[in-house]
Amino acid sequence: MDLQWMAWTLPTALFFTGIATMLVLMTVWELVSPTVEAKGFLPMRTTRGDRLFIGLLGSAFIHLGWLAATDAALWGALGVSLVWTAFVIRFG
Amino acid sequence: MDKVQDNRAWFLIIPVFLIVAFSAILPLMTVVNYSVQEIFGPGQTLFVGTEWFGKVLADDRLHDALFRQIIYSLAVLAIEIPLGIVIALGMPGGRSAKTSLTLVLLALPLLIPFNVVGTIWQIFGRGDIGLAGATFRALGINYNYTSSPLDAWLTVLVMDVWHWTSLVALLAYAGLQSIPPAFYQAAKIDGASKWAVFRYIQLPKMRGVLVIAILLRFMDSFMIYTEPFVLTGGGPGNSTTFLSQYLTQMAVGQFDIGRAAAFSIIYFLIVLLFSFVFYTIITNTGSGEKK
Repeated sequence: MDLQWMAWTLPTALFFTGIATMLVLMTVWELVSPTVEAKGFLPMRTTRGDRLFIGLLGSAFIHLGWLAATDAALWGALGVSLVWTAFVIRFG
Repeated sequence: MDKVQDNRAWFLIIPVFLIVAFSAILPLMTVVNYSVQEIFGPGQTLFVGTEWFGKVLADDRLHDALFRQIIYSLAVLAIEIPLGIVIALGMPGGRSAKTSLTLVLLALPLLIPFNVVGTIWQIFGRGDIGLAGATFRALGINYNYTSSPLDAWLTVLVMDVWHWTSLVALLAYAGLQSIPPAFYQAAKIDGASKWAVFRYIQLPKMRGVLVIAILLRFMDSFMIYTEPFVLTGGGPGNSTTFLSQYLTQMAVGQFDIGRAAAFSIIYFLIVLLFSFVFYTIITNTGSGEKK
């Protein structure tokens, strides 16, 4: 199948592989140990998947904010995002 | 008896998943791929990393368009929601010819295609041949939506109100009709004023449909494209250029595909954020009462 029209690059392929891996791992985790709705620091009750989504959406805005605020490499934003996502999944 | 869990039902969503994959997920992935490249033509690309995102985020015209978009959406909500409620409160109840006629009349603007609405208002507002424009001119009011940003804004807003308030009114009406007569009877016995009936019976009972109305009107107005494009073309100047139109100018007008792709992703993330917030509010609305 010719996928040239999709203009793939290695970084975007790795990005989507990462997202797909996360979804697969979350599915496996769900099958092994089903999620329970919990109430943390977020204003509503959330499942594990909800918290991952909030973590990822927040990470996207952290990256955009980083790009808008500084010329420094995005690795910093990635580090902040990982901490944020882990924090939301654990305490959200 | 324990509830039987049968996860095979999940297979039933495979056709939908495939359709969404081909119509939304794959195109979105392509947009992400484009957003990190300079696109010269099919197969001719140059990887530029996050350069487009940096440029888009520093783009003053985009900031202006986003600011206009937010003001516009808030103005739409501030007018259409109260107006829709007032119309719904004034509509005849029960099953009668009057009710049917009112519902049909209210539904009419919703049936008109977006570009036709734009054309109707474009002609309606013209000073030489339009009813509204000519009337304003005869009254000595200097109204011209093609040269005055204020007039253009007012026209686009009034057009949206004309087009979409019916939706809010119909939703609010549906909410009002679902209130059992016993509530009104109890209020009458208590000698409640009209305001008290509205504040403590009708408004709380309409909350669910109003949240849906707010969500629909916010999302629609935030993505508005066709009507202002036909009516003002984004002008005068850029005064009515909203996000969608700016994006189209970038992608189709300038063929700046990489930058437009980066812009699309940021736009998508903003819409996703608002949708998630509204979705959370909707799904949590009323959950406090059950506790």
